[in-house]
Amino acid sequence: MNNLSYSEEHQIGLTVRGATKVYPGTLALNEADFDVRLGAVNVLVGENGAGKSTLMKVIAGVEQLTSGEIALDGKRVRFADTRAAAAHGIGIVFQELNLFPNMTVADNIFIAREKTRGGVDIDSRSQRAEAASLMKRLEHDILPDALVGELSIGEQQIVEIAKALAQDARILIMDEPTSALSAAEVEILFRVIKDLKKSGVGIIYISHRLEELIRIGDYITVLRDGCITGSRSMKGVEVSWIVRNMIGAASKDFSKSLTHQLGAEVFRAEDICLPSKNGGLVVDRVSMSLRSGEIVGIYGLMGAGRSEFFECIMAQHLVCTGKFYVDGKPLDETSVAGRIERGIALIPEDRKGAGLVQILPIRENMSLSSLMKFTRRGHLSIKKECTAVADMVRDLFIKVASVENPVSSLSGGNQQKVVIGKALMTNPKLLLMDEPSRGIDIGAKAEVFQEMRKLAADGLGILFVTSDLEEVMSLSDRILVMSKGRVIKEFTQQEATEEQIIAASAVGHTTTSQKTPENRELQI
Amino acid sequence: MTSIASAGTASGNSNQTWLLLLLKLRTFIALIVVFAFFAFAAPNFLSAANFVIMSKHVALNAFLAIGMTFVIITGGIDLSVGSIVGLCGMVAGWLILNGVDIGIGYTLYFNIFEIFAITLLVGVLFGAINGALITKLNVAPFIATLGTLYVARGLALLSSDGATFPNLVGNPEYGSNGLSVLGSGNFMGIPVSIWILIAVGCGAAYIAGRTPLGRHIYAVGGNEHAAALSGVKVNRVKMFVYMFSGFCAAIVGLVISSQLVAAHPATGETFELNAIAAAVLGGTSMSGGRGRIAGTIIGAFVIGILSDGLVMMGVSSFWQTVIKGLVIIAAVVVDQAQQRLQAKVALQQQAALSTQEG
Repeated sequence: MNNLSYSEEHQIGLTVRGATKVYPGTLALNEADFDVRLGAVNVLVGENGAGKSTLMKVIAGVEQLTSGEIALDGKRVRFADTRAAAAHGIGIVFQELNLFPNMTVADNIFIAREKTRGGVDIDSRSQRAEAASLMKRLEHDILPDALVGELSIGEQQIVEIAKALAQDARILIMDEPTSALSAAEVEILFRVIKDLKKSGVGIIYISHRLEELIRIGDYITVLRDGCITGSRSMKGVEVSWIVRNMIGAASKDFSKSLTHQLGAEVFRAEDICLPSKNGGLVVDRVSMSLRSGEIVGIYGLMGAGRSEFFECIMAQHLVCTGKFYVDGKPLDETSVAGRIERGIALIPEDRKGAGLVQILPIRENMSLSSLMKFTRRGHLSIKKECTAVADMVRDLFIKVASVENPVSSLSGGNQQKVVIGKALMTNPKLLLMDEPSRGIDIGAKAEVFQEMRKLAADGLGILFVTSDLEEVMSLSDRILVMSKGRVIKEFTQQEATEEQIIAASAVGHTTTSQKTPENRELQI
Repeated sequence: MTSIASAGTASGNSNQTWLLLLLKLRTFIALIVVFAFFAFAAPNFLSAANFVIMSKHVALNAFLAIGMTFVIITGGIDLSVGSIVGLCGMVAGWLILNGVDIGIGYTLYFNIFEIFAITLLVGVLFGAINGALITKLNVAPFIATLGTLYVARGLALLSSDGATFPNLVGNPEYGSNGLSVLGSGNFMGIPVSIWILIAVGCGAAYIAGRTPLGRHIYAVGGNEHAAALSGVKVNRVKMFVYMFSGFCAAIVGLVISSQLVAAHPATGETFELNAIAAAVLGGTSMSGGRGRIAGTIIGAFVIGILSDGLVMMGVSSFWQTVIKGLVIIAAVVVDQAQQRLQAKVALQQQAALSTQEG
């Protein structure tokens, strides 16, 4: 992918020297040096909390350095805010989506930089036209007038990227742009990146997906605990080298399998259908079964209906038809509480919005689904609750200073473990995990995967959704590939190959995208 | 982490812990300050008689504020409580004076306990209407309760054509005498209304801290979606908080008509604002998820003592209003400072943990 012949010819556009950033209680960056070469992809990698995001925030003007300097084209600069950085041609695609769900795609792309006539009147037509052309460039047919809140997370990510592109940035920071994208969308993004490189844009690319980095990157810089531990051209870089620099030890192998016997069928779905808003079916006659101790991975592109299938299992859709069985008995409960009682637990994709109550303490988050366990005649025993939570914190190796701190003080990986702990405290038989590794670092990821294997070995049935091919291949006993709401194919771990999975996930997709957001009012 | 950074935080830590404790106890400190100030500045402030009068005033607001606290913790608001106070007073007055005409030439009179029960039921019913509008019909809490504010006030005025039900001594023949016990009775030297406040306050604090329902109230206010996915019955929780708020308002309606031995349809106007003020002063967050019953009760005492004390000092009631407003704003400003500091301390603890292990 990367053309190595010109790798040393790239001109350095931005240099960071001796960057130190002190937050109260932490040294986020320690004397870090970093170069951004124009017309190339500058990869930045490191575990969560290594200081990547801090470094990016400094470059984008969100934060200021405690000491050290930034130079742009050899001239020393200091960005007071993002606006100043943007004026110097620095754009950023944030990891956390910074979009307004109540506004349209076009409004979002031009927020705070509205195209106006005479500084007052917004020129919606040209905004819409430009938004449409950006979407075309990104090979998506998201309508400029669609509300962002109605888009899926993957589509929102595309809008976020379009927003950065619209600013004609010379240096573009992408903080985990692919975390919500499926393989096909990643391909599109990579094409766009190559395009941008050709036009001389320097790209800073952050991701936890190492294979992806090696493919797309021209230069790589590894951060650990705020220090640069390695920086070189991508030529000849291997995953083991990156991992060694990232975690300071040999690679953690999360694909190691504990072999154990599968038990009886614990869950079965028959003919599950969920109608979509625009007619048609989001989930189309899905049938599947799961045995205890089995891990089944569901792979598919964005909009394949995977998350919606989970939502059906968790009683989130009233209009869903078909039958579920737990332990051979029909699952007739219509409330979430009832389904939890029957042994189903969901770990949602959107940790912040659906998984946790951010302002509540870690303890209260963890016990939220299982309070009745600690309650006798209406009285909640805080003592029993504390013991159970402490046990779970220990079992899952969650790093917490105190379980009374708000859950928002934890890192992404530890937050995810709190969500897992919450699910496990309900003593589930079936664990539904929607993108369990989204936005967590490689160390935490390995721990989460190990935990999944251990739980399966203890007899839990696990059904998980992922857009990461490597993940689905290495974790699953069985793989289901979904496309356009249907289960296209089923593989056992032995027979699955990456090519077959990708081919199956693309069934039913033509060159034009499948989604047509509602825009009936517009056509009138 | 470098030694400089860790040394800096170590010395900063104990200071921060103290400051945080100080900020957490701010409402309590404010109470002591206000109390001490008036003890010096206002004549007769420290007399027992004054305490009884003041606590009766505070109790009225405290009841409403307790109900309001639950509602606000779920992320809602209940503007209708003042009107429910008025309406419930009128219901009690009507039942004592007129009874219920059952249409065949007979009039049904209730004894005083039945009257209490019916009045409380009316309050709960109005709360249930609020709750149903909000959960079943998806009306925003502000609008739903604004609507019932007008409806309840209008019904109260209609019940007597705007007149007062006077002289509610009741009729011993029907057992409807004894209303005045609530408002002016004493038990062990403490007014009955204060005993009821203690009971309701303890009950509410118990629900908040020691029952699954209480935990669910906080969860719904913190993140409704996550709460629903965790199996919390969000609609039931919301129904409960509005019904409980209506219940508290009905108690206040009964207590006031008992104190006056009369029921006036305009009773309770703007009470909802005082209740919100007390809750906010006590640390309840208007964005939901945070608040304590004890804080709210202390908040009600600060507001009550402040206004009674200023009256005793002879300060103009116009100035009292200004001062009350300033106190509320100051409370929220301090609350924000506390939140920031608390988040900072939590992050520091977490960071210290990772440096220890890394």
